[in-house]
Amino acid sequence: MLLTDFALSLDAGVLLHLRGRNGAGKTSLLEVLAGLRAPLRGQVVRPEAGLHWLGHKNGLNGDLSLIENLQYWCALQQCSAAPIVTSLERLGLARLRYRAARTLSAGQKRRAALARLLVAPRPLWLLDEPLAALDVAGLDDVGCMFDQHLQQGGAVIVTSHQPLPLADGRMRTMELS
Amino acid sequence: MWTWFHRLASPPTFYRLADRYSPWLAVLSLLLIGYGLVGGLWLAPPDYQQGDAFRIIYVHVPAAWLSLSGYVAMAAAAAVAIIWRIKLAECVVVAIAPVGASFTALALITGMLWGKPMWGKYWVWDARLTSELVLLFLYLGVLGLNRAFEDPRAGARACGLLALVGVVNVPIVHYSVEWWNSLHQGSTVSRIGKPAIAASMLWPLLSMTFGCMAFFGWAVLRRVQNDVLLRERRSTWVAALLGERKAAGHV
Amino acid sequence: MFAVFAAALRRELRLAARHKGDWLLPPLFYLIVVTLFALGGKPNDPQLSAFAPAVLWVGVLLSALLNLDRLFRADFDDGTLEQCFLGAQGAMPVVYAKLIGHWLLGGLPLSLIAAPLALQLDVPATVLPTLLAGLLLGTPMLSLIGGFAAALTVGLPRAAVLLPVLVLPLIGPVVIFGAGAARAAAAGLSAAGPLYLLASLLVAGLCLLPLAATVALRNSFD
Repeated sequence: MLLTDFALSLDAGVLLHLRGRNGAGKTSLLEVLAGLRAPLRGQVVRPEAGLHWLGHKNGLNGDLSLIENLQYWCALQQCSAAPIVTSLERLGLARLRYRAARTLSAGQKRRAALARLLVAPRPLWLLDEPLAALDVAGLDDVGCMFDQHLQQGGAVIVTSHQPLPLADGRMRTMELS
Repeated sequence: MWTWFHRLASPPTFYRLADRYSPWLAVLSLLLIGYGLVGGLWLAPPDYQQGDAFRIIYVHVPAAWLSLSGYVAMAAAAAVAIIWRIKLAECVVVAIAPVGASFTALALITGMLWGKPMWGKYWVWDARLTSELVLLFLYLGVLGLNRAFEDPRAGARACGLLALVGVVNVPIVHYSVEWWNSLHQGSTVSRIGKPAIAASMLWPLLSMTFGCMAFFGWAVLRRVQNDVLLRERRSTWVAALLGERKAAGHV
Repeated sequence: MFAVFAAALRRELRLAARHKGDWLLPPLFYLIVVTLFALGGKPNDPQLSAFAPAVLWVGVLLSALLNLDRLFRADFDDGTLEQCFLGAQGAMPVVYAKLIGHWLLGGLPLSLIAAPLALQLDVPATVLPTLLAGLLLGTPMLSLIGGFAAALTVGLPRAAVLLPVLVLPLIGPVVIFGAGAARAAAAGLSAAGPLYLLASLLVAGLCLLPLAATVALRNSFD
C-alpha cells in the first residue's frame, strides 16, 4: 500500500511531472492509471480515445527489426501501420528500421519506443522515465513532441528524475512522498 | 447480508472473531478426537474379516475425506479471492494448502499401512490411492508455487488460479484412473466387501470425522490469523492490537 | 479479434524461423529419450512393445516441457506483454496465438516423429493410427496446461524447476487416455472411447485454459 487518499485530475493541454524518491510509488501509480494494475480501492477514469503507455521496458523484441516490432504493436492496437516510417524518421531512426532491435544502443531503443507515441494519436500519454538513456538531441526531440502534443490539446503524465525539456506554464509538478 | 459479508472479510473484524472462536474449535476437536480414538481403538469390537487392522479407518477415513473437501474449500476460497478480490480469501487459500496436504499425506500413509496386511503390499495402483496421490501432487504444486513468489498477494492469487484449475481436474483424474483400472481387470486389487457397519464402530468414526474437521478449521483459522497479521503489520489496527496486548501484559 | 490473433501467430512463427534451435531440439531430445529407454531393457525384448505407449507419451511430455518456460518470458521481460494487455482486444487473442504456436512448433512435430519411434519400439503398425490420433488430441492439451503454468510463473526467477511440478499432475488424465487408447488398440479393443474423452478434454481446455492463462499473466503485473 503506497498511496492513500489520492486524487488527481488532469486537464487537456497540461503536462504533469511526477517526482519523488525511489520507491515512492511513481511507477505503481502510472501502472494503475494505465490499467495494468488494479487499484485496491477507488476508481480511475481514462479518456475514451485511449492512452499511450510507455513503461521502463521498451516493448521491443530483440530478434525482430524495429519496423516489425512497430507493425506488431499496430496490429495489437488495431491502428494503421502507415505512419511508422515517418515516426521513426522524426526520432532519427529511419535508417535503422530494418536492424534487429538487439543490435541497437539503449538510447536508440528508447527512441524507438517513443516513436509509438507518434504512430497513433492518443490524448493521454503515460510515460515512465522516458528520458532514460537519451542523449542531448534526444531530449530536444522529446521536448518537441511534448510541445506539439500539448498544443493539440493532449495531456502527459511523466515520471522523471531529470528536469523535463519543457519549461513553461503548461507544466505542473507533483511530489510523491 | 452483503454488508455483513464484507464486514467479516475485513481483516480486523475477522481477526477478533477468529481470536474469540478458535479456542472453542480447538476444545471441540480435542473432545471429539479423544472420544473417537478411545471408542475406535479400545471400545469398538474387532472386525470379523479384518481383525484389528480395520481400526486404521478411524484415522484414514477422516483424513481422506478432509483431503478432498479441503481442496474443494481451497478452490472455493480461490474463486472468492479472484472474483471479488477479497484479501482475506487469498489468505485462506494459502492457509488451507499445507493443512490439506498434511491430511492427504496422512490418508496415503495410513492407506499404505492398511494395504500391507490386507493386500500383501504397501502400494497397489488402486483407483482411490492413485487419485489421492495425484491430489497430493496438486497440493504440493500449490505449496511450491506459493513459496516461489516474493509478493504474498501475487503468490496467493497465482495459487488460487492453480487451485481452481486443479479442482476441475480432480474429478477428471478420479474417473480417468477408474477407467484405467477397469482396462486392467484381473490385477491384484480385490475389493473387500463392505458389510453394514455396527453402531459401536460407527459412532467413534463420526466423532473422529467431526473432530478432524474442527481441527482442520482451527488450524486454518490460526494460519489465516498469522498471515493477516504479517500482511497488515504496518496498519494501525495491528499496532493498536499489539498495544492492547502489551498493556494487558501478554507480549 | 482474429486480426490480432493472426498477427501474433505470424510473429511466433517468424521468431521461430529465426531461432531454429528452439523447436528443433525437443524432437532430438525425444529421440534420445526413447533410444535410451530401449537401451535400458534387453535387446529385442518382446516386452518392449507393451511399454511403448507409456514411453512414447512420457517422452512427448518431457520434450514439450523443454521450451515451455520461455513461452511468455521473453515478452514479459522486454515489455511486449504490457503492450498486449493495453491493446485494442486485450491479451486473450495473443495468448491463444502463443498456445497454438507452441503446439504447432512443439506438440505437432513431436507427435509426428512418434510414429517412426513407435515402429522402432516394435509397436504393431495397426496401432499407429490410434497412437497418432491420441497424440494429436493430447499434445494440444499439454500446450494449454503448460501455457497456463508458464503464465502462472512468468515473473519468477526459477520457474523452470517449478513448471514440471505444476504441469505433470494436471496432465495425468491425458496420459491415461492417450496411452490407454494405444494399449486398447494393441489389445484389439475399440479405442473410440478414450479418444472421444481426449477430444472432450481438449474442447474444455481450449475454452477455459487460455482464459485462466490470461488472468495469470495479468496477475504478474501486480
